[in-house]
Amino acid sequence: MNINFTLISQAIAFSVFIWFTVKFVWPPLLRAIEERQKTIADGLAAGERGRHELELASQRSSDVLKEAKQRASEIILQAEKRATEIVEEAKRTAKEEGDRIITGAKADISHEVFSAKEALRQHAAQLAIAGAEKILRREVDAKAHADILIAIEEDLK
Amino acid sequence: MASGTELTPTSYIDHHLTYLTTQVSEGSFWVLHVDTLITSVILGVISFGFIWLIVRKATPGVPSKSQAFVELAVEFIDNEVKNTFHGNRHVLVAPLALTIFIWVLMMNAMDILPIDIMAWITENVFGLHNWKIVPTTDVNTTFALALSIWFLMIFFNLKVKGFGGWMHELFCTPFGKSPLLWILNLLFNFIEYVSKPLSHSLRLFGNIYAGEIIFLLLGMWAATGVSGTIFGSILGAGWAIFHILIVTLQAFIFMMLTVVYISMAHESH
Repeated sequence: MNINFTLISQAIAFSVFIWFTVKFVWPPLLRAIEERQKTIADGLAAGERGRHELELASQRSSDVLKEAKQRASEIILQAEKRATEIVEEAKRTAKEEGDRIITGAKADISHEVFSAKEALRQHAAQLAIAGAEKILRREVDAKAHADILIAIEEDLK
Repeated sequence: MASGTELTPTSYIDHHLTYLTTQVSEGSFWVLHVDTLITSVILGVISFGFIWLIVRKATPGVPSKSQAFVELAVEFIDNEVKNTFHGNRHVLVAPLALTIFIWVLMMNAMDILPIDIMAWITENVFGLHNWKIVPTTDVNTTFALALSIWFLMIFFNLKVKGFGGWMHELFCTPFGKSPLLWILNLLFNFIEYVSKPLSHSLRLFGNIYAGEIIFLLLGMWAATGVSGTIFGSILGAGWAIFHILIVTLQAFIFMMLTVVYISMAHESH
């Protein structure tokens, strides 16, 4: 354990190694590490931003979906309303048409009845005249008895 | 152990604690421990060269496995420094801490290599009879590191506080500004400034040296017979495993103390 020149030589070697580390080892490595730290920080920030955007987008999409659902239900409601309206209208039209047909038919029938009655009346009058001619067995002066004939016709009405 | 003399416990330990020396100039100071210097320089060149090769191709993108490994070490040290030192650490303190941690760790780690196998290799492959493989068991190494840091401490004291500011700190802290306390303050600071490099270097030296001595003692036990070999091997393995902790811990402590000392030089009271 004696102090000698080795001390000085070791101190010199030590200073050389310090110089070497300070000059050549530390700076490039530090630069690489710092650059990587920056890259990682940027990446993390970008990830965070992406996450935020995703959140917004999903919120937006759910909003759109909700709106679409609402619209769809509104449309369905309207369609249902419209369908019932159409059915109602069809019913009404059908009823009107039916009524009209019935009315027409009734008018036709009453007309037929009237003309049948008329014809029947004519026949009955002729029959009555013929009957009367036969009963009287004589010439009947149509002119002289016209008032009687008209009275009979009037009665048959 | 191919020593020419008869093998005794004393000669065994002596052999393992003898440096390969060379006389640089006249006088007892001008002796160089060649093994300490060359081993430590080789270790430094290997580790810093390895780191440099990886760092040269460092990308900010996805790192390769080796780059990730280096980054792991660098970020660990950078974090420790950041918690302690509040200036711009990238200029000197953080790279300095990295240098110290890696280098001291590597030098300490030589202690885990089986001491007699390494001695056999240096003797029979390189033809060197004495070669201490662990540079941190040489007090010169730890003092060199601690004194370099001590001078850096003085330098930063002067740079940050100026000469006047430093003198003011030496005379007026920690007890107070009163002129009566000047001598006491100065004495206190003197003790502190002396004890810092001493404790800094001797802590590392003591731990690693003691570890090496224990390996030597276990090696001696292994030479006493079959049971000695068995127990020596088991305990040697256990001690080596425990030593992994000591090696790392001492490198870490040395680094942390460096950062703390230099931070203290930057902060005025």
